Amino acid sequence: MVDVVKPEEMIKIDPTPPSTNWMDVPPDFSPGKFPYPSQAKSLEAVGFPNAREWSPADEDWKLPENWQQIIHEGFKERLDKYRSLKVFMDSCVRCGACADKCHFFIGTGDPKNMPVLRAELLRSIYRNDFTTIGKMLGKFAGARKLTPAVIKEWFSYFYQCTECRRCSVFCPYGIDTAEITMMARELLHLLGLSIHWIMDPVSNCNRTGNHLGIQPQNFKEIIEFFCEDIEEITGVTLNPSFNRKGAEVLFITPSGDAFADPGTYSFMGYLMLFEHIGLDYTLSTYASEGGNFGLFTSSEMMKRLNAKMYREAERLGVKWILGGECGHMWRVINQYMGTMNGPANFLEAPVSPITGTKFENARDTKMVHIAEFTADLIKNNKLNLDPSRNDHLKVTYHDSCNPARGMGMLDEPRFVLENVCNNFHDMPESTIRENTFCCGSGSGLNTEEIMDLRLRGGLPRANAVKYVHEKHGVNMLSCVCAIDRAVLPPLMDYWVPGVDVCGLHELVGNALVMEGEIEREMDLRMEDLPGKEGDSDE
Amino acid sequence: MNLNLLFSLAAILVLGCVGYFVPNAGLQMFFGVILPYIAVLTFLCGVIWRVMKWAKSPVPFRIPTTCGQQQSLPWIKQNKIDNPSTTTGVIIRMFFEIFLFRSLFRNTKAEIKDGDKISYEWEIFLWVGALAFHYSFLTVLVRHLRFFFEDTLLKEKLFFVGIIETLDGFFQIGLPIVLISGFVLLAAVLFLLSRRVLNPQVKYISLAADYFPLLLIAGIAATGLWMRYIERVDVTAIKQITLGIVSFNWTSIDVMKSVSGTFYLHLFFICTLLIYFPFSKLMHAAGVFLSPTRNLANNSRMVRHINPWNPEVKVHSYESYENDFREKMIEAGLPVDKES
Repeated sequence: MVDVVKPEEMIKIDPTPPSTNWMDVPPDFSPGKFPYPSQAKSLEAVGFPNAREWSPADEDWKLPENWQQIIHEGFKERLDKYRSLKVFMDSCVRCGACADKCHFFIGTGDPKNMPVLRAELLRSIYRNDFTTIGKMLGKFAGARKLTPAVIKEWFSYFYQCTECRRCSVFCPYGIDTAEITMMARELLHLLGLSIHWIMDPVSNCNRTGNHLGIQPQNFKEIIEFFCEDIEEITGVTLNPSFNRKGAEVLFITPSGDAFADPGTYSFMGYLMLFEHIGLDYTLSTYASEGGNFGLFTSSEMMKRLNAKMYREAERLGVKWILGGECGHMWRVINQYMGTMNGPANFLEAPVSPITGTKFENARDTKMVHIAEFTADLIKNNKLNLDPSRNDHLKVTYHDSCNPARGMGMLDEPRFVLENVCNNFHDMPESTIRENTFCCGSGSGLNTEEIMDLRLRGGLPRANAVKYVHEKHGVNMLSCVCAIDRAVLPPLMDYWVPGVDVCGLHELVGNALVMEGEIEREMDLRMEDLPGKEGDSDE
Repeated sequence: MNLNLLFSLAAILVLGCVGYFVPNAGLQMFFGVILPYIAVLTFLCGVIWRVMKWAKSPVPFRIPTTCGQQQSLPWIKQNKIDNPSTTTGVIIRMFFEIFLFRSLFRNTKAEIKDGDKISYEWEIFLWVGALAFHYSFLTVLVRHLRFFFEDTLLKEKLFFVGIIETLDGFFQIGLPIVLISGFVLLAAVLFLLSRRVLNPQVKYISLAADYFPLLLIAGIAATGLWMRYIERVDVTAIKQITLGIVSFNWTSIDVMKSVSGTFYLHLFFICTLLIYFPFSKLMHAAGVFLSPTRNLANNSRMVRHINPWNPEVKVHSYESYENDFREKMIEAGLPVDKES
């Protein structure tokens, strides 16, 4: 890993554009400035074309012989398949309203991180290949020829976009850079250009059912390990089931929560909640991934990975699916799943077996978000909660990009938070809800080698946390996204030391008074609860 | 050196010379009658062609950008406009978007202050400028209906033209009465232009295709103002020409020759704008209606959205998965479909 400068240095950002025209500024492929490429075997495992060993740092990217034709035809195909792409290529007036809405632009000052210019990287080729005026006037119409340098620029900048959609909130025409980045990445994948941090999870997920490549027996062991911890903390014994046919509900959550802290504590929270309410549910090892890195490669790969959820639900004969806390997972479920892999007629419109509430908003896709589910439980007084167990925490909430701008789940998690902890402070308005800032590492960019970029991209989010940290003493940043839980801790350590990160259901698990539990002395992290420190010495 | 700006300025100068000098060389008929027909036809056909081209591509996924609380549990208040789940909601959202530029209204300016604090101040000027530009342009257009209809018709049926003109002349300064819209239009164009020249980021992204239409519209506004307030052109003669065009009963060549060159310049700029429109970013006027992030309801979990090209894909089946891991699964006590 490349050394990262100190925060005081990093925040000195100069947004002055260079004097050279952007078309003549080459991308930077020095160490630390690019994510590592994927290995050939990850591409081959899922049948992606032009698999080979290469590096962005090389001069020669070993593009296939007919690469220009591949891009041209791939571009045309996508223009014919997506109205969004066509309209977004044509409608931009370059008003610049999007420019300083992007966390990567705010954090790097690099003009090509202005959403408008990121899109122009693609538009310039569109104009050259598909518009008369672009062919006639060339550069003056904003057109340019497709050269290997353009491909390199695409690779650099479409992997400096986290598909967070913040720019599209402010665009007067709703131009969504996420859509443009997705198309550009699909085109790059046609040439075999992809990054390891996306393709390894994709290939793992395809075979083992989850991004991390956890095999079935290990997945079971991990969960059993959680149950042991829960028993130690609460005295309650849990017996979750796996791949059980005939359960009422299939629960799917990102595998990151099974694997790494602090996501693990949220996983424990889920298990405790389900035990407490007596939910008839099962976990699946085949569909053991809520997330979908296929979304970051191509719509077909996204469909292939997502299909497992319905297939497993059908095989197990469950009534509906409950989904855990994950960001892009919910973009997929809310905006793509039903269309791609539905109709799921073998399932029933979701009804909470505890409260009888029918989740009308999920009646077709048949998948409910755990925050919706838990909010309903709390509203109906089905949970015995002791929020004072979270009194050592001053909590704020990070709206993850996708649940915010690709779904609109804003108040459910806040309602849960207000019931499970006594100290909740929202960050400033322009940084939450639909205006929320990305963690800086979404859409498959949460890889170590580009830590400098990630910290810069996460600056706006961190800066807003810093504000409530200094104003209200906030020391816990809660979120509903597994990528957030993985990447916000280093971001906080760098920009706002003293703020920890947790999932929503970790706090639920802490506050939940379970039937038959012993008096709790530890939270789910096995740290002493306030007022319980040194009780044993008394 | 701002080459894109220079290129556009040069283009406008060349067009301006053509529009001012060439009609006087006995080509009044072409510039005063034929070209306007060509321009209007190109505009209409071009816009329809472009919209059809967009419409030909399907909307495979329901991808609204949700800017508020979703429809969820009944006791959670949905933001029915910014995150609509019904067609009515979408129509209201689109109304705000198209007529009030709602998204642009949200604009903020991000700045790092005191060395380490990022502030996001509401930045209203772009919205004000854009709104002033579009609405003054619309007012000017409506006022110009006066040139295309008989006076009696204007009095009896199209009285709104008169009302708009009265409102526009509200301030009643001088004679002829100052109509505010023309000045607002020119001022707004110059403001939008100044952003492109002065704001380093906007300058960096600006293409010739961004300067050109602004300069062209500035030219149209300026020549219009010049004719009304300074040159005081022969309005009766001009109305004869314009009425002739719409009624296909063209006025005599003598009348056409009597009209000032400024009129032909004004008209030529307008024709250029009409012809240029369908092939340029000005199509955003139609594009805003077709943007899938704005014109769709966020209801894809309630009602299945159909993708006409939904592809068949190869899914790694449970069977292959179990074949891969069967022994380990059995050993771990996980249920399997086949024992061996």
